[in-house]
Amino acid sequence: MNALLAVDRLSTVFDLPSGAVPAVDDVTFEIRPGETLGLVGESGSGKSVTALSIMRLVQPPGRIAGGRLTFKGRNLLDLPEAEMQAVRGAEISLIFQEPMTALNPVFTVGDQIAETLVVHGRETKKGAKARAVELLASVHIPDAASRVHDYPHQLSGGMRQRVLIAMALACRPSLVIADEPTTALDVTIQAQVLDLLREMKAAFNLSVLLITHDLGVIAETADRVAVMYAGRIVEEGPVRDIFRRPLHPYTRGLLASMPGGTPGQRLRAIEGSVPMLGQLPPGCAFGPRCPDRFDRCASSPPPEYMLGVDRGARCYLHDKGGA
Amino acid sequence: MRLVQVSHLVKHFARGRGLLRAGTVAKAVDDVSFDIDEGETFGLVGESGSGKTTTGRCLLRLIEPTSGDVRFRGENVLAFSRARMREARRDMQIVFQDPYSSLNPRMRAQQIVEEPLVIHGLGARPARRERVEELFALVGLDPAHLGRYPHQFSGGQRQRIGLARALALNPSFVILDEPVSALDVSVQAQVVNLLMDLQQRLKLTYLFIAHDLRLVEHICSRVAVMYLGKIVEMGPTGALFAAPQHPYTRALLSAIPVPDPDAPRRRVVLDPAEVNPQAGLREVAAGHWAAV
Repeated sequence: MNALLAVDRLSTVFDLPSGAVPAVDDVTFEIRPGETLGLVGESGSGKSVTALSIMRLVQPPGRIAGGRLTFKGRNLLDLPEAEMQAVRGAEISLIFQEPMTALNPVFTVGDQIAETLVVHGRETKKGAKARAVELLASVHIPDAASRVHDYPHQLSGGMRQRVLIAMALACRPSLVIADEPTTALDVTIQAQVLDLLREMKAAFNLSVLLITHDLGVIAETADRVAVMYAGRIVEEGPVRDIFRRPLHPYTRGLLASMPGGTPGQRLRAIEGSVPMLGQLPPGCAFGPRCPDRFDRCASSPPPEYMLGVDRGARCYLHDKGGA
Repeated sequence: MRLVQVSHLVKHFARGRGLLRAGTVAKAVDDVSFDIDEGETFGLVGESGSGKTTTGRCLLRLIEPTSGDVRFRGENVLAFSRARMREARRDMQIVFQDPYSSLNPRMRAQQIVEEPLVIHGLGARPARRERVEELFALVGLDPAHLGRYPHQFSGGQRQRIGLARALALNPSFVILDEPVSALDVSVQAQVVNLLMDLQQRLKLTYLFIAHDLRLVEHICSRVAVMYLGKIVEMGPTGALFAAPQHPYTRALLSAIPVPDPDAPRRRVVLDPAEVNPQAGLREVAAGHWAAV
């Protein structure tokens, strides 16, 4: 299948005094060259921990407890830290949600972009400066030659997010992980940043792992989608199938609960609230909130049932073979 | 009937003023006028820094406006004495965005909801207890959990506590400042339904401040769009969303991500040169005003 990155049965746990809490539980997906995979989930679903796990940046008490991360034929989990550092930022880069905290306030944005290039041995100090201007211009920052000397606080939120994108692209990575890249931005700025991401993806033949809770952003940006709930992927498929023919009751519930339809009508809300990790029910984590639950759902977490090419759901409703 | 009438509201914040420096003035709210009818949900939308939250706070005098007029049931709220204002706040309440920071973590849910009754000296203890239980049930919380602290509730439940507290004094007007945007996506709809139910049962009037335009379209009867401290467009929600007149409104509506991969996307980018800052609101269709 020529995946650029294959995440295979990834598990990341947090060792808390109360015991090991699985934040990412048996997660499997792949990202192909040139595609955008949307990873959707709510807070606590494990989507950000998945991103940090791929970068091997999970901090204690968290740790990767198992699985494989095959990137360009190598398992990232087997690499010595020095080799992993060469991958980070150069081959796989990460764009964070909050551009103000992701940038260093005491260095100019030009210095910060140049540093990435120098650290990865792509440019000399002198060449890096010129390249930084080019990169800022490529993300449509007006007057890049003088903006390169600006400090982060001198830029607006949208401009800062553009700087982060320029920095992420500096070493021509093949995979960019964008973790809620537009959540802190206003909707008109969000639209510009999403357009920019799309443009960059096409220009550099990038693969993008886009992490968000916003189904609207997913619909506009993703080629394929994986839906996470309580640390597990509950459904995956091409973006059109996810929106037209959702297979998991959670995905269906999320789509149905969105405003739309006749104004003033009650929304079709999902009952209950997101479970705390570490207090998950023994069966399907969505079971207690699920309108379609039946006896079997409380027994054990459902496996993934494959329902066509690239199409799967972890839900006993799709067990056609019978129990 | 008009419940709230806001005319020429202005709030300036001094910026960078020092002992010897004059500093500059930020016009957070710049000559804003609108009315809210009894029983309606009036939406106030705009991006961060547009002045929508400051406008809401000025109505309750949580921030003192620089000038202008705010009338509630015909009376000028800005002329009220401190004591009269406190009395008036029984009828005008606010629910904040973040249920994590707006509830005192050291108080039990019971005390949080009861506090407005205590402050306003309403009822003896047993009567207050009864009222708190009633409010808890009203917002869909289990009265068995009255003794819990905020951290023992989920985000959605915390926002219900904030709502119960706001409703304790039987207000007729409630300002909802981004009431669901801090909540998990899968629980937002529950709280939205609760807000709509409560409005019907208690005949509430809402000022709904939000940046989620899909939600505004769903629950507001009329909407005002703020841009750089001014209202640039205002009208019945359906008409305004169907035929936005101001360049900023057009850009804003076209930027909403549509949860449909096949939806046509025609992004309108705002060209600041298109905005005439001198233009006043004029009526472009019945009840639909735009600064063009």
